[in-house]
Amino acid sequence: MRIAIASGKGGTGKTFFSTNLFYVLDKKGHKVTLTDCDAEEPNSNLFFNGKPSKQIDVTQINPVIDLKKCNYCGKCSEWCNYNAIFFLSEQKVINVLDDLCHGCGACFEACKFEAINEKEVSLGRISFIDINENSRIIESRTKVGAYTPVPLIKRAIKESGNQGIILFDAPPGTSCPFIHTVDNADYIILITEPTPFGLSDLKQSIEILKDLNKHFGVVINRAEKGYRDIQKYLQVNKIPLLLEIPFSRDIAKQYSQGEIYAKTDINFGDTLYKTVNIIINEYGNSSN
Amino acid sequence: MNMEIAVISGKGGTGKSFVSAAFATIPERVVLSDCDVDAANLYLIFSPKINFEQIYIAGQKAEIDYNKCTNCGYCVNFCRFDAISTKANKVVINETLCDGCHLCARICPENAITMLNNDKSRMYAGTFRNGQMVYGRLAPGEENSGKLVSMIREKAKTEIIKGKYDIHIIDGPQGIGCAAISSITGVDRVVIVTEPTLSGIHDLKRTVELASKFDLNTWVIINKFDLNTSMSLKIENYCKENNISFAGKIPFDKQVVEAMMNCKSIIEYQPKSDVSKIIIEIFDKISLVHNKK
Repeated sequence: MRIAIASGKGGTGKTFFSTNLFYVLDKKGHKVTLTDCDAEEPNSNLFFNGKPSKQIDVTQINPVIDLKKCNYCGKCSEWCNYNAIFFLSEQKVINVLDDLCHGCGACFEACKFEAINEKEVSLGRISFIDINENSRIIESRTKVGAYTPVPLIKRAIKESGNQGIILFDAPPGTSCPFIHTVDNADYIILITEPTPFGLSDLKQSIEILKDLNKHFGVVINRAEKGYRDIQKYLQVNKIPLLLEIPFSRDIAKQYSQGEIYAKTDINFGDTLYKTVNIIINEYGNSSN
Repeated sequence: MNMEIAVISGKGGTGKSFVSAAFATIPERVVLSDCDVDAANLYLIFSPKINFEQIYIAGQKAEIDYNKCTNCGYCVNFCRFDAISTKANKVVINETLCDGCHLCARICPENAITMLNNDKSRMYAGTFRNGQMVYGRLAPGEENSGKLVSMIREKAKTEIIKGKYDIHIIDGPQGIGCAAISSITGVDRVVIVTEPTLSGIHDLKRTVELASKFDLNTWVIINKFDLNTSMSLKIENYCKENNISFAGKIPFDKQVVEAMMNCKSIIEYQPKSDVSKIIIEIFDKISLVHNKK
């Protein structure tokens, strides 16, 4: 089963939740893969400090123009939908802007003079980190300055397979990277915080998950007695509230040091396990 | 004095928007750009009166006209985004995977594919209680957010000239992708808000690496520093060793969240609080250095 842990707003506790859940599931004897899909800022492995056993470089094919063969017709520049080929017809200037290229290959098809050669450009890499014989972390990591994390996320998800329980630590937000991640999950756990910002971003994420026809539930992290708007919203819209984790300096402190809180607080670990077990029993066989 | 400050954070939830909101309410009049287009939130605090709305075209998506399509499958192998496949003898395009490159539409022998604009994203501008505000909302699932950020900054520029504003505060997105790059290019100072956690340090380093590509005047703020003082010290040392200006550290205070719940910046909510005093000091420090330059 594939479970994505996601949130519209950043810093609500996605990584805290997924690393603790990973730890607990592994301890209970499950075969677990934690796939860190937050490729711009992957943090999951900081909590386990595992050494990668294998790495894959994720690349795209960019064009290189052979000026000896180029006829300066400009058709490649015209076919490029990303303005990645800078062309001045009269001055006979033609340049590929690698930072803008999406590697779609349109220019190769446009050129009638075989003047475009292929060049592999790295977008980042996928690391496989075995925690023990049962469980592993798969980390996607963009190269700093890369225009998109999506190819890395796609590859990391593909490499995750479908053995045992797969947890996706989703990228924040609700744009392409988020959708790619949640679309590949059987169930999504949305982590939010009790602030107007948290609620606003939560609503946006929920709308998308509804559009995608996904099963999902909500966890309120750093829950406070004062602000009840999220509980009210969930009740009115009949969305399951899976768990409320109260604010605790102890949790914050342990998280800050890169420690797994469930290691010391057995009750918390059990609560997490119960919460996710209900999900696994109900949705575990619905697909795959 | 003319000053443009972009506030960013690699990691989410470090307090970037809270710092931007505070910065936007310290001087008398400012232009505030919310460039966190994926999760724009500052309008919740400032409830701007919108007087300008513009459609933002976030790229395109390919669509098949099945009256023309012969299901020949010629386009399938050309798509480098694995967005086109044949299902039960029918050629289909996966909307999520389509990158909008236009290639399938150009090579289709039947001219059966057209490109549709993604036109659900918006840019807004208006007035708020301390000046002008510009922000964008990227429609769910859309990309190219960097271009929307550029559009917001263009609009902000015209507001600055029109209203003779001196100060422009940019609330950038989290992460280090194209929207973050667009938010910091060409600004005269970048403030990175981090937190004293292992994730915070890790993400800070990647954000500093990004900022260094653009040779900008970069500052670091540690928010909630007292949640882990030894980790905070590590960050301060990291800044020292790497010649990054350290702007200051803000303690954890529940009033920060309360201010947000009351739709106010901390400066407006509790101007005399320690947090407010520290942020004002930080703001002055950052502005001052510029004047000497």
